[in-house]
Amino acid sequence: MKTLLANAIHSRIIWPLAGLGVLLLFNLLADIEFYRIEILEGDLYGPLITVLKQGSKIMLLALGMTLVIATKGVDLSVGSVMAVVGVLAAFLLRETGGNLAAALAGGIGVAVILGAFNGGMVALVKIQPIVATLIMMVLARGVAFLITGGLPIKVTDPAIRQLGQGHLLGLPLSLFVVAAFFLISVILTRRTALGLFIESVGDNETASRFCGLPTRLVKVMVYVFCAVCACAAGLVSIGFSGIADADKLGVLYELDAITAVVVGGTALTGGRFSLAGSLVGALLIKTMEITLIRQGMNPAYMPVPKALIIVAVCLLLSEAFRTQLAGLFGRRKVSA
Amino acid sequence: MTFAVFVVLFTAMTLAFEGFGTPLSSCYLLISYAHVGILAMGMTFVILSGGIDLSVGTVLAFTTVFIAKAVSVWGLSPWVAIPVALFLGAGFGGGMGFLIHQYKMPPFLVTLAGMFLARGLAFVVNIETISLSEHPFFRAVSSWKLYLAPASFTPRPFLKAEAIIFLVLVVFCLYLAHMRRFGRTVYAIGGSESSATLMGLKVARTKILVYAFSGFCAALAGVAFTFLNTAGKANMGIGWELDAIAAVVIGGTLLTGGSGYVLGTFLGVLIYGSIMTGVGDYSNLGSAGQRISIGVLLLLFILVQGLLPGAGKTRSS
Repeated sequence: MKTLLANAIHSRIIWPLAGLGVLLLFNLLADIEFYRIEILEGDLYGPLITVLKQGSKIMLLALGMTLVIATKGVDLSVGSVMAVVGVLAAFLLRETGGNLAAALAGGIGVAVILGAFNGGMVALVKIQPIVATLIMMVLARGVAFLITGGLPIKVTDPAIRQLGQGHLLGLPLSLFVVAAFFLISVILTRRTALGLFIESVGDNETASRFCGLPTRLVKVMVYVFCAVCACAAGLVSIGFSGIADADKLGVLYELDAITAVVVGGTALTGGRFSLAGSLVGALLIKTMEITLIRQGMNPAYMPVPKALIIVAVCLLLSEAFRTQLAGLFGRRKVSA
Repeated sequence: MTFAVFVVLFTAMTLAFEGFGTPLSSCYLLISYAHVGILAMGMTFVILSGGIDLSVGTVLAFTTVFIAKAVSVWGLSPWVAIPVALFLGAGFGGGMGFLIHQYKMPPFLVTLAGMFLARGLAFVVNIETISLSEHPFFRAVSSWKLYLAPASFTPRPFLKAEAIIFLVLVVFCLYLAHMRRFGRTVYAIGGSESSATLMGLKVARTKILVYAFSGFCAALAGVAFTFLNTAGKANMGIGWELDAIAAVVIGGTLLTGGSGYVLGTFLGVLIYGSIMTGVGDYSNLGSAGQRISIGVLLLLFILVQGLLPGAGKTRSS
């Protein structure tokens, strides 16, 4: 039993799952309405569904962010990229009278360009990721403003609205988008050598380069992927709210995304990553948010529990702390 | 090198924009960006030690709300509220430093959590903005001017409390970095923490102090801001830590730690302020163009720094 416990403490995904479990248990005991599911016209509604619907944006961002962090980088610009894509898509829809293909092409295109630019700054010019993506954050936000001229754009295209608010087989459509992205990223990273390359670059870039890995290409690719995820999140966002506002779209989302990735078990120091963990992390944060709001907490105080989660996760990931903790269960040398 | 860039930039802007290079506008620069400068001073030590502090912007916000509420609602005297706020800031920073050092937690995450925590706590203190413009102490301090030239010199340059605090802090930081063991230990930790520990330097104490100092500076910046803005607002300071980091990086300090100068940060603040002023107040660009220009200028700056020999070379993993 002690071995089981000690081993469980070391399996990384157990912790975000446990956290999620605790939240769900709490709701089971204190707020059974949380689990109430209503069916309207064949679609499911309820707090649980809201978590999935609202959490889709963070889940998408977290997927992209996971791979970037795995290469020992970070992407602070995802919120602003969301804004640019959302605003551009809304703009194109308005200007072309509803040409969805144009809007999608424009959105994806600009995301790829911005992502490639990020990757180029980090991998080719060797600017540090925090600084490079910080610059992109400012630049992209400015471009978003340029497109809208300062005024929010209304989004009425039914397809996009469906993306944000619609349902498929009863579940939110955006959840399927998340599932699709998740599947694609899992296939690309676990079924090909790409995942191995990414982890290798994050662990030790110099050694990877000497092994013959195209380290710079790998890095550029993860930033492009992250930007494409941000593109999807941006489209879901404008679909959900119906408005593309350069001032508000995606603001501070990057921090939530980074939190989700870390909670999910991927370390900021790069290397091993867990896409599933990041999804669990994102769900954990969203569930916590909704639970607390339902319990009557003022939404303005939301940053406090988020902070506590980050600290809790970091403590659990910290070897020094785990050694102290394991010491309580008996004398056992704790190894990474 | 940074100094050369500053001279070039300043000269260019003076020639390009009317009313820029005057003593008065330079004073405005110092006054308006004093709070960023104070944040950047604390940030310099943190970055020199190889870490980072993302919480300074929200600690600043918390301080303004705390002071405003303490003085207006709880009836405390400013002479009590301000020291308490500074103490809280230092304690907050020290707490983060403890977690970072004791449990080897990554500074990015711990200070990210700190940023969230401070923001939440600021809202807990008071959600709405509290105005201080009626309070005699703040009214007096915020309108106090130190004139630098006789009245006959127009436009007459002056400094205000915020700027004085900033300048005094710069001098103190110069002293701290170059003439105290603390400063040398900070550089050593940034260069190689394991080597510093093996050398017998007091790494633990210094690391915790570095973050405590950063928290103190964040609180101090909050105090300075209440003089500038005479209000306490929980929902402000978003992104200011990034402004501070930008100023530090422009000033030539490497994010990897161990290399950089306090004076460099001071110049970095001036450069950053000049760019913001030049783009914001003096050009005809709209809000969009402003942000794009700032981003482009920052990028150019980093590129130039990277290309110069010996400067900005990042260490390989």
